[in-house]
This record gives sequence, C-alpha cells and structure tokens, in this order.
Amino acid sequence: MENIVNALNEKFADQIVSIETLYDFPVILVKKERIVDVIDHLYNHPETKFQYLTTLCAIHYPEQSQIAVMYQLHNLESNQRVRLKIYLSDFRPVTPTITHIFSAANWLERETFDFFGVNFIGHPNLKRILNVEEMIIFPLRKEYPLEDQTREDKNDTMFGRSA
Amino acid sequence: MSEKYHDSDIVVPEEKQYSYLNLGPTHPATHGIFQNVLKMDGEIIVDSEPTIGYIHRAFEKLAERRPYNQITPITDRLNYCSAPINNIGWHMTVEKLLGVEIPKRVQYLRVIIMELARITDHIICNSVIGVDTGALTGFVYIFQQRELVYEIYEEICGARLTTNIGRIGGFERDFSPKAWEKIDKFLKIMPETLKEFESLLKRNRIFMDRTIKVGGITAERALNYSFSGPNLRAAGVDYDVRVAKPYSSYEDFDFVIPIGTNGDVYDRFMVRQEEMWQSLSIIKQAIAKLPEGPYHADVPEFYLPPKEEVYNNMEALIYQFKIVMGETDVPKGEVYHSVEGGNGELGFYLISDGGRTPYRLHFRRPCFIFYQAYPEMIKGSMLSDAILTMSSMNVIAGELDA
Repeated sequence: MENIVNALNEKFADQIVSIETLYDFPVILVKKERIVDVIDHLYNHPETKFQYLTTLCAIHYPEQSQIAVMYQLHNLESNQRVRLKIYLSDFRPVTPTITHIFSAANWLERETFDFFGVNFIGHPNLKRILNVEEMIIFPLRKEYPLEDQTREDKNDTMFGRSA
Repeated sequence: MSEKYHDSDIVVPEEKQYSYLNLGPTHPATHGIFQNVLKMDGEIIVDSEPTIGYIHRAFEKLAERRPYNQITPITDRLNYCSAPINNIGWHMTVEKLLGVEIPKRVQYLRVIIMELARITDHIICNSVIGVDTGALTGFVYIFQQRELVYEIYEEICGARLTTNIGRIGGFERDFSPKAWEKIDKFLKIMPETLKEFESLLKRNRIFMDRTIKVGGITAERALNYSFSGPNLRAAGVDYDVRVAKPYSSYEDFDFVIPIGTNGDVYDRFMVRQEEMWQSLSIIKQAIAKLPEGPYHADVPEFYLPPKEEVYNNMEALIYQFKIVMGETDVPKGEVYHSVEGGNGELGFYLISDGGRTPYRLHFRRPCFIFYQAYPEMIKGSMLSDAILTMSSMNVIAGELDA
C-alpha cells in the first residue's frame, strides 16, 4: 500500500482524492483527468509494476448523476493488487482508453460502453459487444429497471417491493 | 464511366484475392455459439473478427434484483462445465462481505467439490482436443469418469450440471455415506483411466504433430491480454489464485502448479492433464485431513433452518420466512473475491448498498478476457488449427457471454 502511495506521490500527488482499504483491498480514488497517466505510471514504476489488468467495470450512481469506472490492477510478482476508481458524469460519460497499455482492456471497455455508455476516447473498435447493435439504451444503468414498470401483478408492496 | 481518364482512376488490382468464411455461429466444430468471420488466403487465416453475445442473458442486471441466495443459480450458468466452483466462489464472496467465519470442515468439503469440478472441466477440454485432432477414443473413455463426478454431485445436492451446490455459509446437509462411497469409487477408477487417456495422446505422433507449436502465445502477450488459469500457465507464468491468494484453506494442501513453455495447444493440454493429477492428490489430502465439525457456518439469515425447528421455534420461522421471501439485508460494502475457476481467475466484484439485492455485481469471467486474444493467436495458421486453438483455450460460451 505504501509503495503505491509513494509512487503516486512522486508525480500525481494532486490527483489522489482518497485512499482506503475495503476488505483487504486497497482502493484509490483518483481524479478523472489523468487516469491514463496514473495507470501508465503505476505500470512502469519499478516499485509498483502493475502490469496485469484483472478487470475493469463501471457502476452507476443515479442520485449523484455519476458513473464510476474501476480498474483493478495486479502485480503478479509481488502479488499486490490495487483498485483505481474515477467518477464521471453520467450524462455522456467520457474517459480515455487504456487499450494501448493493456490489450485486455479492449473488450472490457467495449462491454462497459455497451452497458453504461461510457465513451472510451481512442478505443480502436468501440461498439456494442454483448447486446444487439440496434439497441439504443445502456441497459445496466439504473434508469432502466429490469422489469416492465407498467406491470401491476407484481406490485408486492407488502413485502417491501414497490414495482 | 467518365470520358477522360485520370491517373487516380486507375486501380491497381490487389495481388491476392481473399475469401471470407463464416465460422459459426452454429458450427459443430466450435463447441458452442461463436461466430468468427475469417479472412482467408487459401487455407491460411489472414484476419478474423469474432462476434460474441449470442447467449447473453444479462446476468449482471438480473443479479441486481435477486436476493443473494437466488444469485447462486445464475453463477451455475457461467462456466457450466465446472458449475460448483462458480457457486462456491459466489458463496465465499458473500461470506467475505458478511465477515462470516467458515468451519474448517466446510472449507475442506468445498475443496473436494471444487477439485472434482476442476477435473470435469479439464476432462471436457482435453478430451475435446483429442476429438478435434481425430482421436475420439479418449473422449469416449474419459467421459465415463465425468459421469461418476456428476453422480457425486447428484448425491450431494441433487443436481448434475447446473448444480447450485451448497449454501451461503456451507452445505445444506453433510455428505452422505453414499456420496463418500462414490468419491472413493471415483478416486479408485480415475487414475487408471486418466493414465490410459494420457498414454493415448501424450506421445502420439499424430497428436503431437497437430498440437505442438500450434496456437501458441508468448508469456508477455498472454499477460498483456490478462490470461489466467491453464492458458496462462501453459505460456509459462505460474499464476494460480489458489496459491497467490489462498481461499478455503488451500494453503493446507501440498500441490504443484504445472507450467508450460510455449503456450501452444500441446502445453495447454499437458498443463490441464497435470492439473487433474494435482486435483486428485488434493482431494485425497482433503479426505485424509478432513476435520470433524459442523457442515455449515452460523449464518441463520442465509441458512434455512431444519423443518422441525421452523414449526416449533419462533426465530427459525422468522428466518425461514425471510430467506424464502428473500428479505435478508446485508451490510454495506464493496468486496472483490476471486477463485481459480476451471479457466482461470473467476472474480466477483460486489457492491452492496445494504439492501436485499446487490447494488452492482460484476463477474470477472476469464473466458471473456482471454478470448479476445483469439484473432491474434490464429493469425497465419490453418483453419483446422484455428478450431484446435479454440478448443484448447476451453472457451465456454456461457462464461463468455454472461
């Protein structure tokens, strides 16, 4: 944990918003502007060398009108993991791609675009991957509920389920 | 046609004529629903464009409306060749969120189940590599042993393929004597068959010619593509979640992580083959060291009480009602837990907002991540090698498309 913070403080001290540990997993919230530089720095820095992208996904927070994008990196040599998080506006979310650092990010970013509409600038082939191309919504956003809202037969308010 | 010709109107014909071949979506050789549009020069693949999502079932969205115990059947349908690993991985994620202490016996029983599942997963992959090289015999032999494992699952949880095995906190019942009998039978028969299967293919000239230096990937590229599991280990990187971050008491067992050198089809085959031997050894160790104790943790909010208690005990009735109606709240939190699935690091990224369902659940599906390297791996190879490359990567459509 300290090595990550030290490595980040060398160049990106002003980019760190918060550092915490959630269930033995270090989570660093960074500003969205220079996320690619931060990841690149952690990739190359001899103290961290996070050269394995475990996963990447987005989370929608409609109350805050925000979409969080999390990057989970792993250093296989020292067996250290870190989760970087950025917050974007949920109206036309835009962030640069990291496909030039990790080839694995290609489909993961496409999936995030497919489900949340996050536009990864510079992505070589940003189009829908799991859903049909004709789809016009981003289904994992919270404004699209799973069930048809006009249905009344499932309105089971007695058990805490309103619609 | 314009009357006057300009230099720019003269088109130099491309020297090569490429043909396009649709491999899939429903092609018997691809063992699942995968479409690849191949740009072919004769029988050499120049480029390919995979299309996925044919069996996408919106699991991440579905999970946002389901109570935690109802998500287990969803995880069955990720990698359905080793469903128990997915189930148990999910249970462990929830247990991590709840901060539950799991009894040692449960952990050992889980190890036995997960290693059985790993064997079935590898049986399918390796025997299918055999089939794709033209050797159906091994497939027929070893599939009988897979049947034995399915009978063990049946004895433990009642289901065979999509198992929904165990509960959050442990198992719904202890292993019956019949189940132990079946495990013993399997442990007795499997080594013989596995040895026979191995000797059919391992030094077989045709098999070696077809698989060595076919569909290879270097360790650097494999890491950049975030490979995991046997495919990464075949490329020579000894990353295994069971060792890197032991879960469910894997640190108690003595086993070897096999690695390859070339990352080709043969190495993947051999790594899986050796992993099956290691799994058998882990199961034997787990049975030998199996501690006594309860077969489930003390999590009444998630663990259905026995029926006689439901009728006679007020609290048990409340818990029964809450579980069946799916009204159990869990603490707020953000947790990532990963297990070594049949294909690699199977991760569950769970965000709970304190309600009855997850706020967000993301599956890190190893297939989805490594299948994107497929075009790079088959570039310049023959069509028949592309089929072999795919089957040796063990791409499972359910896990790929979630």
